Amino acid sequence: MVFASYNNIISGLGFSTDENYNAILNSELAVKKTILPFSIETFCVAKIDETLLKNRFSSIENTDYYTKLEQLSILSIQDVMAQSGVNPADEKTLLIYSTTKGNIDLLEKNNFSAIDKNRIYLWSFANVLQQHFNFKHTPVVLSNACISGLLAIIIAKRYIESGAYNNVIVCGGDILSEFTLSGFKSFNALSNEPSKPFDTNRVGINLGEAVSTILITNNKELAKPYEAQIISGFSANDANHISGPSRTGDGLFQCLNQLNVTNKTDIGFISAHGTATPFNDEMESIAIERAELSGVPVNSLKGYYGHTLGAAGVLETILSLESLKNQTLIKSEGFESLGVSGKISVIDSFEKKSFQSFIKTASGFGGCNAAALFSKI
Amino acid sequence: MNNIISYAHIKNNSVSINGTPVFSSEKNATLPEFLSEAYKSMEISYPKFHKMDLQCKLGFLCTEFALQNTAFISENDLTKTAIVISNSASSLQTDKLHQHSIDDKTNYFPSPAVFVYTLPNISIGELAIRHKVTGENAFFVSKKFDAHLLVNYTELVLHDNASSAICGWVEVDDTAYEAFIFLVETKNNTNKNTIFKPLNQLVVTQIYNQT
Repeated sequence: MVFASYNNIISGLGFSTDENYNAILNSELAVKKTILPFSIETFCVAKIDETLLKNRFSSIENTDYYTKLEQLSILSIQDVMAQSGVNPADEKTLLIYSTTKGNIDLLEKNNFSAIDKNRIYLWSFANVLQQHFNFKHTPVVLSNACISGLLAIIIAKRYIESGAYNNVIVCGGDILSEFTLSGFKSFNALSNEPSKPFDTNRVGINLGEAVSTILITNNKELAKPYEAQIISGFSANDANHISGPSRTGDGLFQCLNQLNVTNKTDIGFISAHGTATPFNDEMESIAIERAELSGVPVNSLKGYYGHTLGAAGVLETILSLESLKNQTLIKSEGFESLGVSGKISVIDSFEKKSFQSFIKTASGFGGCNAAALFSKI
Repeated sequence: MNNIISYAHIKNNSVSINGTPVFSSEKNATLPEFLSEAYKSMEISYPKFHKMDLQCKLGFLCTEFALQNTAFISENDLTKTAIVISNSASSLQTDKLHQHSIDDKTNYFPSPAVFVYTLPNISIGELAIRHKVTGENAFFVSKKFDAHLLVNYTELVLHDNASSAICGWVEVDDTAYEAFIFLVETKNNTNKNTIFKPLNQLVVTQIYNQT
């Protein structure tokens, strides 16, 4: 069996999973209307407090020598290593890093930091993490758009099942940058208000920054925090369009259909991708209905965090594990009335419920989709 | 058994299929010039090609060459065909183009047609669309061509959820570029025109270093 276990979330809502989970239970949002240094416009985005980050990181290392994403990743991974006691130098331990843009701020014209510009290369960024923690193996770096985080967890499961590793640390992260904001703005994909996944009045995404880390392990002793296992997980491509999802939800349907769900009534909820763009949410609703999962409640966590890109799949899996442990369905923030044509039931309030398992999904540019089934042992 | 049934290598303005040179441009041709000439040499009509960034064009052409004279697309269940690609620079070349378009506030022109290519896995999406391949995807970033990473993960995906795979390396970084694509099947050899080599790290290293 492969277990999903110790973890950490660093976001605008806190520097630990507990802080984040409690914040959402109080309906706090990481997304806020913000004036950013590079624009006179107001953006609705989720940012991590820079002063808090500096205070925390300077107790470990000199902040001048590490980029923002490196600092966040080191703090997040360190929390998981400390909680789990996993030895990074062990032959059977691997780090997988999931990101879309890595140290993208190093490309900015006005970046005058003393940091080696070569750390724009994702392998070089990952090398900084390897050196810091003394990981035995070169980290595996995955950059597969918005499914990166969930796909990294699925890949971790495959590595463990093959016997190559016992413990895989999956870390996902991306920072908020002018690079991604300007790009999504050019697509007319941004919402100026907190986003409203699956709602009639949804107009687009909020971008957010976060780093999240989770231990995937075959060691039952290390599974104690959640007593949860990864049953199955797959990816698939729509083979339809590079920047728009399949209208018929083909790729996501293919993933969901393969999960090998034996008893639908065991599934407490689906943690959807739910970016709050008109096309994405519509596609997901159709795929869920086609997979005959209309009876399973659905939420999106993008209403709290915005779209955290390479972190999203890891962050949303972790909060779904909290949901499973606490037998509590998390409200899909921003949702009021159903605005998609596929038959789905969106979770509109926090709710105690007895359930065994959940499904996490993700979809992204390049036509990629992923889904995984997690269950109590 | 997992077997490599064909491979193509593009570097130094020349293309080889299964180790045999099949096309080349002048040594001093630029990458866009070379890609354009290589595309014309294939005598295919695929208008989407012209919208792609250089990396996607390179991956697209290398895959077309690897597929030439094979029945890979017609004989495999494409819902079970995985695409596993890697490189060193992710999408850095196009990242720089997009960054340049936002560097100057008085000359600000970010474009969705450029921005969409600032993700390395778009090259996987282009291959999926071209050949209607809907199986597993993964885009890895490693310092150099890493036969162990590619072979190891391809074996895992073939074990878990695929019966064939398009694998390789597609790199564009400033003026340096290289593409190496190999096709893998789990079924027995049915096509006499193709090579037939076991998928392992040694073989992949050998055929990569061959030309």
